[in-house]
Amino acid sequence: MAPANNPVLMVTLPPDWPGGFWWHLLVFSVIILAFVLSMVIGFIYFERRVMARMQARLGPNRVGPFGLLQAIADAVKVLLKEDIVPAKADKFVHLLAPIVAFAPALMIFAVIPFQSGAALADLNVGILYIFAVASVTSVGIFMAGWSSGNKYSIIGAMRDIAAIVSYEIPMVLAIAGVVLVAGSLSLNQIVMTQDIPFILVQPLGFLLFFLAGCAEINRSPFDLLEADSEIVAGFHTEYSGMKFAMFYLVEYAEAVAMSVIISTLFLGGWRGPWLPPWLWVIVKTGAVFFLMVWVRTTMPRARIDQMMAFAWKFLLPLALINLLVTGVEILFLPVTIPWTMVVINIVIALALIPLWSKIFRSGWSKVEV
Amino acid sequence: MALRTEPFALNIGPAHPSTHGVFRMRATLDGEVIVDLEPVFGYLHRGVEKLAEQRTYTGIIPLTDRLDYLASMSNNMAYCMAVEKLTEIKVPERALYLRVILSELQRIASHLVATGAFLNDCGAFMTPILYMLREREKILDLLEMVSGQRLTYNYMRIGGVSQDVPAEFMPALQKFMAQMPRFIGEYEQLLKENEVLIARSRGVGILSKEMAINSGASGPVLRASGVQWDLRKADPYAIYERFEFDIPTGEMGDSYDRYRVRIEEMRQSLRIIEQAVKQIPDGPVKAEVPHLFHPPRGEVYVHIEAPKGELGFYVVSDNSITPYRFHVRAPSLINLTALREMLIGWKIADAIIIFGSIDICMGEVDR
Repeated sequence: MAPANNPVLMVTLPPDWPGGFWWHLLVFSVIILAFVLSMVIGFIYFERRVMARMQARLGPNRVGPFGLLQAIADAVKVLLKEDIVPAKADKFVHLLAPIVAFAPALMIFAVIPFQSGAALADLNVGILYIFAVASVTSVGIFMAGWSSGNKYSIIGAMRDIAAIVSYEIPMVLAIAGVVLVAGSLSLNQIVMTQDIPFILVQPLGFLLFFLAGCAEINRSPFDLLEADSEIVAGFHTEYSGMKFAMFYLVEYAEAVAMSVIISTLFLGGWRGPWLPPWLWVIVKTGAVFFLMVWVRTTMPRARIDQMMAFAWKFLLPLALINLLVTGVEILFLPVTIPWTMVVINIVIALALIPLWSKIFRSGWSKVEV
Repeated sequence: MALRTEPFALNIGPAHPSTHGVFRMRATLDGEVIVDLEPVFGYLHRGVEKLAEQRTYTGIIPLTDRLDYLASMSNNMAYCMAVEKLTEIKVPERALYLRVILSELQRIASHLVATGAFLNDCGAFMTPILYMLREREKILDLLEMVSGQRLTYNYMRIGGVSQDVPAEFMPALQKFMAQMPRFIGEYEQLLKENEVLIARSRGVGILSKEMAINSGASGPVLRASGVQWDLRKADPYAIYERFEFDIPTGEMGDSYDRYRVRIEEMRQSLRIIEQAVKQIPDGPVKAEVPHLFHPPRGEVYVHIEAPKGELGFYVVSDNSITPYRFHVRAPSLINLTALREMLIGWKIADAIIIFGSIDICMGEVDR
């Protein structure tokens, strides 16, 4: 099989790439696995240290230099724990759930470019693929909640389904603006078009996507499905040992995935001066993740009806307006001067957000149950 | 196809992250909405009231430490005042001032835990409570300086306090007093106007004025409902009539008001301490009271404004060295009276917040 135009991957491999399709698959699978796992370990350490710093304490600093090996020590501990399956659990589903949740979180990385064309598959429908795959995780989470036979778990699982159903829509609509500007669904193509990072061209889109993304991966202030002060641990209340570790891994793998997607779509992905491209990916991902940690340490948790209202009455209308404005701009503005678009969009974002917050706050956010 | 739904029962507690001990709420839920609720307590019952009947009057003081263990000083003070009233012992001036200073410090410490835990229940992941515990540690350092303990102080005695404060206490207190207003400002900056917090707690768990009074609520819970009732002003005990301070009250009686009232009360406590430190005289700190003594036959009820509300001790003496009957009016327990009415119709997430905003201590509820 010739590497040059592979029908499955639809990617033009670098001319000096050794071997064919299978070789490419193997190398990138290993790279992605290594990348995701090391990023997860790094992010766990990063989050714990940053949170500790923000909370006036020290964080892990005993295992290894600066506590760097803490995540590994925790992993070892969790592997040695007894695997408890509740008596009333649906045993097969209980076993399957963490796997169903974990696989999609890994699969997202297949289309993330680490430098020009360096992705497992540069699909021309990359963004569509990401959303299709990412929502499968919820199935795993719901399976976990259902099969545990615990009321807290099922409440957590129900909340997750409600969140996913609502937040997919503003999320996809927020991205539609980016797709319009870039003129492609392929992630690599989107990075190539970002001579100006899209965070400037689509400031509103970035904000909406970030918020919806936080909800999608269940991070604070939308971490309702495992709200520890309300429903103990939500869907994974009954999980222990390796299965619990899988869910923990999913949580962070999703956070890494969301940060990578945001940095690819809005921050220019692998592009940047001086540093090698893959390092830029990591730096930008870390920056986005830092924002998530910051929100987590600061914000209280929203209630389920407030969260729904936020999706349908705040994010969705703004995403639609953003899409409309972007469409009109692309129709009427000369493509050669993207800076006009930047200025107009920033002004619109600055005007719309306070306005909508005001409307939202003045009683519109109320939901009658 | 019509789907059939039915309410289901959910046990929140006794082992649950947000029940502040071993409280249990047996909630009947319709989806996430609470349709019925039955508070269950008694998991921490130790029989303090019966135990006290076997102990000498001085020996009861450590038992009172273990009621509301977040405010041991206040418990000590209320109990000692009850016995002093029964036996008609006159407490030296300096001891009275020390009692006021320490119990106001204790109030700040207790409110810090209360607001921190409340915000933690709201889902602000550990940040506010850690900031507040940081200052609570400083208060505990001060209290350790005078009593040698950090939780169960056993410091006050019948007729005064066990010993005078060490020389380094006053400078350390001054230093703390200088820092604290800034820290209270810091807590306010953190979340006072946070959109999510206001959405979560404004108008949630309203305890109306009438309901608050009828259910016997006291302390910040009562004051947040707009009733200006503080025993320090309404029935001044110790030397509180010598100090100037305000009684902060809320308007709506919701969870947010209860949170605000506690923050304001910390400021007022600081004001009281400041005045007390200026006025404190030198002199003895303990009246001459024998270890074993026979109070005259009779009964006495003394109440003080503890951090969580009206803390009362009812002691009946039969002229022996142990009380004939010993009863505690625990504010935490009585503030829970209206819990069911406050919770019905709200969601589980709100239930946790409302419950957290009442601020109970299980050691006191179950006794």
